[in-house]
Amino acid sequence: MFTEIIKGLGTTIKHMFEEPITIQYPEERKPVAKRFKGRHELKRYDNGLEKCIGCALCAAACPADAIFVQASENTDEQRFSPGERHASVYEINMLRCIFCGYCEDACPTQAIVLEHDYELAFFDRQSAIYTKKELLVPVPDGGKPTPQQVAPGSFNWSIPPMQDAE
Amino acid sequence: MANEITIKIDGNAVTVPAGTIVVDAAKRIGNDVPVFCYHPKMEPVGMCRVCLVEMGMPRVDRETRQPVLKADGTPEIDWMPKLVTGCTERVRPGMEIRTNSEKVKTARQEILEFLLTSHPLDCPICDKGGECPLQNLTIQHGPGNSRFLVNEKFHLDKHVPLGDLIYLDRERCIQCARCIRFQEDLADDPVLGFDERGRATQIVTFSEPGFDSYFSGNTTDICPVGALTTADFRFGARAWEMQNSASICNACPVGCNTHLNTRRDGLSGNFAIKRVMPRQNEQVNELWICDKGRFGHHFATSPDRLSVPQIRKKGQLVQATWDEALSLIAEKMQAAGSSIAGIAGERLANEDLFTFRKLIEGQGGKIAAFPGEMAGGDWVQQVGIAAGSNLSELGGDSVIVVVANDLEESAPIWWMRVHQAVEKKGATLDKSKASLIVLNARPTKAEGSANYAIHYAYGEETATVQALLRAAQGNSVENETLTAAGKAIANAKNLVVFLGNEGLDYADSAALAQACANLLIETGHVGKPNNGLIAVWNKGNTQGAWDMGLRPLAGTTANFVGKSKFIWTAAADPIGDKQTLPEDTFLVVSELFETATSRRADVVLPVQSFAEREGTYTSGERRVQRFYPAVPARGESRPDWLIFSHVQVRVGQIDKAPVSTSVVFSQMSKEISLYNGLNYRALAQTQEQFPQIMGEDKYYGGTAFENSAGLGVQVRTSADLGQKPASRSVSSRSAIDGLTAVLTQKLYDRGTLLMRSYLLHPRLALPVAHLHAETAAMLGVADGEDVQVQVAGQKGKYTVCVSEDTPQNVVLLPNSVGALNFVGAQPAEVVKIAETVGA
Ligand code: SF4
Ligand code: SF4
Ligand code: SF4
Ligand code: SF4
Ligand code: FES
Repeated sequence: MFTEIIKGLGTTIKHMFEEPITIQYPEERKPVAKRFKGRHELKRYDNGLEKCIGCALCAAACPADAIFVQASENTDEQRFSPGERHASVYEINMLRCIFCGYCEDACPTQAIVLEHDYELAFFDRQSAIYTKKELLVPVPDGGKPTPQQVAPGSFNWSIPPMQDAE
Repeated sequence: MANEITIKIDGNAVTVPAGTIVVDAAKRIGNDVPVFCYHPKMEPVGMCRVCLVEMGMPRVDRETRQPVLKADGTPEIDWMPKLVTGCTERVRPGMEIRTNSEKVKTARQEILEFLLTSHPLDCPICDKGGECPLQNLTIQHGPGNSRFLVNEKFHLDKHVPLGDLIYLDRERCIQCARCIRFQEDLADDPVLGFDERGRATQIVTFSEPGFDSYFSGNTTDICPVGALTTADFRFGARAWEMQNSASICNACPVGCNTHLNTRRDGLSGNFAIKRVMPRQNEQVNELWICDKGRFGHHFATSPDRLSVPQIRKKGQLVQATWDEALSLIAEKMQAAGSSIAGIAGERLANEDLFTFRKLIEGQGGKIAAFPGEMAGGDWVQQVGIAAGSNLSELGGDSVIVVVANDLEESAPIWWMRVHQAVEKKGATLDKSKASLIVLNARPTKAEGSANYAIHYAYGEETATVQALLRAAQGNSVENETLTAAGKAIANAKNLVVFLGNEGLDYADSAALAQACANLLIETGHVGKPNNGLIAVWNKGNTQGAWDMGLRPLAGTTANFVGKSKFIWTAAADPIGDKQTLPEDTFLVVSELFETATSRRADVVLPVQSFAEREGTYTSGERRVQRFYPAVPARGESRPDWLIFSHVQVRVGQIDKAPVSTSVVFSQMSKEISLYNGLNYRALAQTQEQFPQIMGEDKYYGGTAFENSAGLGVQVRTSADLGQKPASRSVSSRSAIDGLTAVLTQKLYDRGTLLMRSYLLHPRLALPVAHLHAETAAMLGVADGEDVQVQVAGQKGKYTVCVSEDTPQNVVLLPNSVGALNFVGAQPAEVVKIAETVGA
């Protein structure tokens, strides 16, 4: 019996001198894996136009029915994306999302990408619904914000050819 | 049957009527040959060639003219060296078809590969994506890969408006000509055509305004690709995202079966009707709806709908609770004793009308249908088109009479079906044409297809129909055309009469209905299918109002209500329609929108639109049909019948309100003898319809056409039940002297409901006064001038349009468009605006 107590204490003492693995979150953070699937971002082209064409294929692919897309038509005066159509409403319910990344696979323009943000906590359900405002990435340097006014006929592809795909 | 032919398709025998197309024959045994340009409702043209099949005929010995038999006794088949298009080939005795050989499969693949060289492949943003025959057939039959380079695709304009309602995407078009053929053969508005040649071939419209047709929306349904889209739905939602709710169009008496496709609107958060699609009912609307039904739905989800009950306090209408409002109504109703009048709009559902009548009559009051300006509902109940009729069955042994209406403006789909019966330009095995007799004071669209067109003077409608009857009885009448038309009726097996009320007040309209009934009875065309009377009502559920036992108002509202202390108007706006209501009365209005009448009311109650509730409508052909809820109710609105029932409870007529619409219907079917035996389940019954629209071949790739919610039931007339209606003598009037004003029906009028569909605004009828050149000269007014028209004490401003089509001494005004509202043919005064200003 005595030896068992000594053995147990030994384990305790051993752990006291081990280096702790606790991380002082949020001051300290571990890098995530490169292909980690965190919160979605809606990407832009270098010129600032949105990649999303409002096709709702992400919503169709989503097994959790987390995405809502409503499309509108682009004009040369009010252009959001190349081609004819853009998402005027884009919502992802982060409480429903299971971060499977099917939406990313379904997207024909690589507009939606699951990035590395995992800090998704909410005080109410409404704020779990991310809209275009939160999802859309900032305008890159040298680009212009959307909607843009462009010369008539500069975008005549219905679905833009995939330039600068990452 | 004698005229049946047996052929073999992939070794399976199928027996079909002679004249059947090979792809249809194949379909009967579940073999879906792919098609693009072929459409079951239109004659084939063989343009796309995706339906290629191998065809063989029995070898015939030249000497003996007998089929050469193989050793095993089966006929020797000679296969054609080349493939044939299955959609243009009609079955022949002994024919054999292969639809699945390597040769056929390769040919299909190549056709699809070629079609896609000019096709943009923008399925992700295409409105047809998900219900697109080209998508479906490419997946099913296409090659996995193209030998052509995607960057060498041919590019064309993507956003070409063909008018205010339809947009063309030139590069998506596969030149199947379905849209052109639909417009030419079925809609009778040949406004589309091909322009240019080869790869640059494009669809153009050559009407002014562009794509000027009441049926244009149907081309977007039948276009096998997303080349044609509607301005209403463009990029509205993906096909698979919407919910389908079965509904009935209530905009005219045809009662087209529709689907409301709904979805949440991301901006407003409300549920929106994204589009209205036809629902197949071969006895009512086949696969079609008109553009009013398709685009005129916006009132249902309009933001300015009434949403809370209001009570007048200190002269102001203020928001109230239902409890307050209903108690006040019950109190005032009881205080009024039997001095109560109910005015029921003719677009209310049957359940509403029934309950409203119970409530009002239960208190000893009186109730009438509004506007109630056309007679004949009682005759429809007796000699209406018989149960089991189908306008598609009218052929060479049939005569159709259209009297005192402009069928295309009043009931577009009826016109389309009559046109098909008379011209037989669509796909049908029976190519014998029905005869059309059009009786009107002025030329209408229907006249273009008429075998006998007779113009009478306004006022002579009844006399003309009486003369037609005399001619049908073998007497000769003054007018040669009438004599000939009468002969046609005498020789006809079937006779259908479309009765209108253009230029008629209630009494005259009753006389005309009587004359039409006499025509049918005397010539023996009652009580058998495809015979009888159809009343072209101006509202969607007028027949329902008659059947529910309501009588039309038939005159002025002031006359009807008299000195009633309590008046309730439901879905009616008498004040807006230039009627008067007494000042010292308690006025209750249940409505969708604020109207001239509701502004005067003491209590205003918000009701639910057809899209928010269920119920039944009765079509002009007496088909009782169910509609279903599609979107959540607006605000606190309630269905009309429930409001009436709640008041019934409060005044002590019943103990508690029925729990559902179906309970009201069951009670109604017990009390209304015409509807005996009907119930919601019977109305929801469906059966297999031809063409089968939902097969694998996907004439239409989506789900909206499918009718799984019920075909309705056509109730029987008393003639159908074996009673012998007797004709009655009727007196007729003579033509009216002096300048006469007549209101003509316009499909796109400026009524409260249609005005909410902003999309249609450019197409709405304008306040135009049509005058004959001589009449205009006599009045001293010229084309394009503004005039003041004065009729029955009302004045309104109109723009003159001089047209040869207008009868002399008549001024034609569009109904529900300008300021004037009256019934019948009335004496009119027309003065130039400049003169009145000067005077
Ligand atoms: S990651 Fe998966 S669950 Fe989340 S939105 Fe995308 S498809 Fe839906
Ligand atoms: S994110 Fe991609 S898949 Fe989703 S709507 Fe936009 S373009 Fe389509
Ligand atoms: S627009 Fe559509 S229906 Fe018309 S020809 Fe082109 S593909 Fe056919
Ligand atoms: S024909 Fe009449 S019932 Fe049919 S869609 Fe048009 S307005 Fe509605
Ligand atoms: S050629 Fe037969 S369907 Fe087009």
